[in-house]
Amino acid sequence: MHELSVCEALLSQVRATAGTNHATSVGRITVRLGPLSGVEPDLLSQAFSIARNGPLTSDASLHIETQPIRIRCRECGNENEALANRLLCAACNGFRVDLISGDELLLAQVELRGVARPPNSPTERKENSDHV
Amino acid sequence: MCETCGCSIPDHNHPTPADEHTVEVLTGLMDANDHAAGHNREHFNRTGTLVINLMSSPGSGKTQLLERTAQAMKDRVTMAVIEGDLETENDARRLREQGIRAHQIATGSACHLDAHLVHKALHDFPLEIDGQTTDILFIENVGNLVCPAAFDLGQHVNVVLLSTTEGDDKPAKYPVMFRAADLVVISKADLLPYMDGFKVERAEQSLRGLGVETPTLNTAAGREPDIGAWIAWLEQQLESHRQHHGQAASAA
Repeated sequence: MHELSVCEALLSQVRATAGTNHATSVGRITVRLGPLSGVEPDLLSQAFSIARNGPLTSDASLHIETQPIRIRCRECGNENEALANRLLCAACNGFRVDLISGDELLLAQVELRGVARPPNSPTERKENSDHV
Repeated sequence: MCETCGCSIPDHNHPTPADEHTVEVLTGLMDANDHAAGHNREHFNRTGTLVINLMSSPGSGKTQLLERTAQAMKDRVTMAVIEGDLETENDARRLREQGIRAHQIATGSACHLDAHLVHKALHDFPLEIDGQTTDILFIENVGNLVCPAAFDLGQHVNVVLLSTTEGDDKPAKYPVMFRAADLVVISKADLLPYMDGFKVERAEQSLRGLGVETPTLNTAAGREPDIGAWIAWLEQQLESHRQHHGQAASAA
């Protein structure tokens, strides 16, 4: 069960964001998770209920947005959704495919409380880019 | 349900307080680990060491394969091993008995190695001693087909062992781990005649179902060892690693 390690990494990023923006506490935390990230949403939620006890996050809630697995066939170009252990092209049954989505493990949003003006993210990021 | 007060009125919304803001972050949850892994990789590239992360379920023969590898290669290739286990120095001791350097990380209750643990180990276990560098470093991860897959250690190659005493459908059961593999080693292949439930073709088919072209090879590291294909693969990895990083060094 490595979800506790992942959760601790999540909370340290959340606390850094809260700290940079001088927030007094954190509300809803949104995470994007793909089935091929190796992290189980239910286990992450359980780990979160233990790990959140600490500065700034003791009242925080975790919202997990599960992402679908999508693949693109390198042979015929077809795109389709797929199961974690059946990543085959739905058109030609080929296994030479690229993963378009499904392995995400992202901290997407943090709701900050006690912030007077619109906050800044602690990390440099490109506008409108959600690709990491 | 209203998320603010918890009442059951479906459309009940509280106005957002003026001092509450949502910030977009969009950083990977593994960023801290991946950053440390990047540092490890830079270090490995400086010492010219090919680093192989060896993963499998417990008991599939990782340590025995490394013992046989040491016997076959240690005279011409400088090898070292970092061992990850929850407890004991047993595996590191077994490898030292084969005449190669080995360092044990006891993870306590942690089910995987991470980049920080490897970084810490490298402080106690230098790859360059008296001007002599390490050609190949094997990191034998904690026996576990789930958690180690999520943690980059800074390795150049991931090798996953699948032993013939396990089910040949393991890739379908543990897709994240087997998708991370650059090579799948079918270990204990000398037992194939006795293992009616394991067919190499079915294991390969299960692996292809994950949408990967990962190669496989068979090894036997027991009483009658046959690890020729594995040694040939290692030699070829070492050669291409030297070419790639030799060129990178001269270009810099």
